[in-house]
Amino acid sequence: MSLLKPGHRGCAGCGDALAGKFVLDALGEDVIVVSPTGCLEVFTTPYPESAWGVPWVHSLFENAAAVASGVEAALKSLGRKNKTKIVAIGGDGATLDIGLQAISGAFERGHDFTYICVDNEAYMNTGIQRSGATPLYANTTTSPPGRISSGNPLYKKNMPAIIAAHGSPYVATASIAYAPDMMKKVKKAAEIKGPTYVHVHAPCSTGWKFDGSKTIEVGKLAVETALWPLYEMENGEITTVRKIKNRKPVEEYLKVQGRFKHLFTMAGENPNIKKIQEIADRNVKQFGLE
Amino acid sequence: MRKNMVVVEGSYAVAHAVKVCKPNVISAYPITPQTHIVEDLAQFHADGEINCEYINVESEFSAISALIGASAAGARTYSSTTSQGLALMHEALFNSSGMRLPIVMTVVNRALSAPINIWNDQQDSISQRDTGWIQLYAEDVQESADMTPQLYKLAEDVDVLLPAMSCMDGFILSHVYEPVILLEQSLTDEFLPSYDPEFVLDTKNPMSFGAFADPSTYTEFRYKQEKAMGVALEKIEEIANEFKDIYGRYYGGLIDGYVLDDAEIVIMAMGSVIGTVKDTIDELRTEGESVGLLKVRSFRPFPAEAIRKALKNAKIVITLDKNISVGKNEGALCTEVKACLYNTDNRVPVIGFMLGHGGRDIPMQMIKKIINKAKLVEKGIFVESEFADLREDLA
Repeated sequence: MSLLKPGHRGCAGCGDALAGKFVLDALGEDVIVVSPTGCLEVFTTPYPESAWGVPWVHSLFENAAAVASGVEAALKSLGRKNKTKIVAIGGDGATLDIGLQAISGAFERGHDFTYICVDNEAYMNTGIQRSGATPLYANTTTSPPGRISSGNPLYKKNMPAIIAAHGSPYVATASIAYAPDMMKKVKKAAEIKGPTYVHVHAPCSTGWKFDGSKTIEVGKLAVETALWPLYEMENGEITTVRKIKNRKPVEEYLKVQGRFKHLFTMAGENPNIKKIQEIADRNVKQFGLE
Repeated sequence: MRKNMVVVEGSYAVAHAVKVCKPNVISAYPITPQTHIVEDLAQFHADGEINCEYINVESEFSAISALIGASAAGARTYSSTTSQGLALMHEALFNSSGMRLPIVMTVVNRALSAPINIWNDQQDSISQRDTGWIQLYAEDVQESADMTPQLYKLAEDVDVLLPAMSCMDGFILSHVYEPVILLEQSLTDEFLPSYDPEFVLDTKNPMSFGAFADPSTYTEFRYKQEKAMGVALEKIEEIANEFKDIYGRYYGGLIDGYVLDDAEIVIMAMGSVIGTVKDTIDELRTEGESVGLLKVRSFRPFPAEAIRKALKNAKIVITLDKNISVGKNEGALCTEVKACLYNTDNRVPVIGFMLGHGGRDIPMQMIKKIINKAKLVEKGIFVESEFADLREDLA
């Protein structure tokens, strides 16, 4: 059985739950997990139940990286660090927005831990509000399309680049739709000494509005359209890239999700979809995806 | 001066006290007037005199957060902060207490912005009253230092398990040079057992910390915190006495009296102003005034029973507060003392004076003025609570 036990309260088809399971599948028992506030935290630990088969600690929304720093320092000071891995698993809001300062501090200080961002591109736990990870034109409850708006007006923040700028020895992107690739990267990140980072794309059927049976399919489309490039960076240099054969147009990814439905209501070619296609095209160029 | 005394800065005495308590993890962020404590600890660390991890974090919020992680992992932890830094920690103060982590922190009391002001009052720690942290207030440098092992012993007690702050007045105590006895390592080892918590983050025995509690379970967490504060109420006195047995020094447990027993006018205060009050009382006693002092050492837990007992013969009670609840026109000590007397037969008038905000000096003359003002109650003129030291030209 997985170390993230069944019976938790995640939605059917939850990408976060898959991410948590894959992390533990990759790392095994000798790991301490730090969770900030978020879906994964709430649905795995309704007192007195816990789905975690490894030691787990949640403190607040914005401080997971600082808490992880303290856990690492304590284990070192008490002579208990040995091979034990310390992993923080936070959502995109906890990572890109409210927890960014604590993450910056922890990476600058060089603690031996891995931070995993499980990115479902909005504040799902509070009801699908926009975060710094919400993609352009997505419909969220705080970036709704309307008479004069096409949804979220801002581009997604490039968090892996921010972490790489801290001199992290290992930064990778991954997707729950590519489980073996994700697990390999998580394991590698945890084994490399120092602060490492894996940014995992994790579709949310509730927030993105698709059927819970399609989570993997939607995750694959993000990669196949080049909207979510998969790569590894070691010491600031891109070392591996997952190439895309027969790249799909972004419409194929957008049209299966209710959060982009408003982009398909106007007759003729929608200039906003063109803008999203440009993001994919830029990714292809930047990372050499083809 | 006794032969084992040295003249050191208050901050150094505290840093030295922290050192002999052997914390495993220290995490702090610099802020005036706390800086000298963390600088001295950094030097001990740099010289290999203290065997711990010292984390230079990027904010007070991360300082306390790192200690939450470290404490959950089984470490004895320490931080120090003040004013804005303590306010920034606010959310994590609730969290660390709710998680029952026995973190110990020195709060070097300072005023809050705006207007920005680096000098002493006690608004910072008083504003954290309801976070579930134990709060003790020190009268002088020696007590500030001695409070440190006392608080570790208290916080880590298996029936308490609450975080604790030792409050010392900024500059007045942190930057003053006074003759003190630095805490001996051998006596501290005898007084303070090593920290061996039952619940820790351990991969051999996995446990979840910081779970989510819904309405069916949340209330009991709060209730148990309150019960633990009740235990602390007993233990503070016990630990102060154990400290006395080993080190030979005693400052009171929850409260302390100074020429209190026969006093008709009782002044209640917390922190360094107590020295000034004692000197004033000495003078007034020679003039035949029946004045005494009731020092409040523990503000949380609040020693209501002990205060009721201590005030049973008082004719007038004066409270001194270096803080204000804006909109109530009262300091916290005044409010709490009045509240603890309300359901009793003791209808002694409690008169509140707020003073010393933002570092305004409190001379003996001010204490005398306050006493005279309070005595107007005998003529039927009753002042409930007021600022004692307003500048007429600015007010």
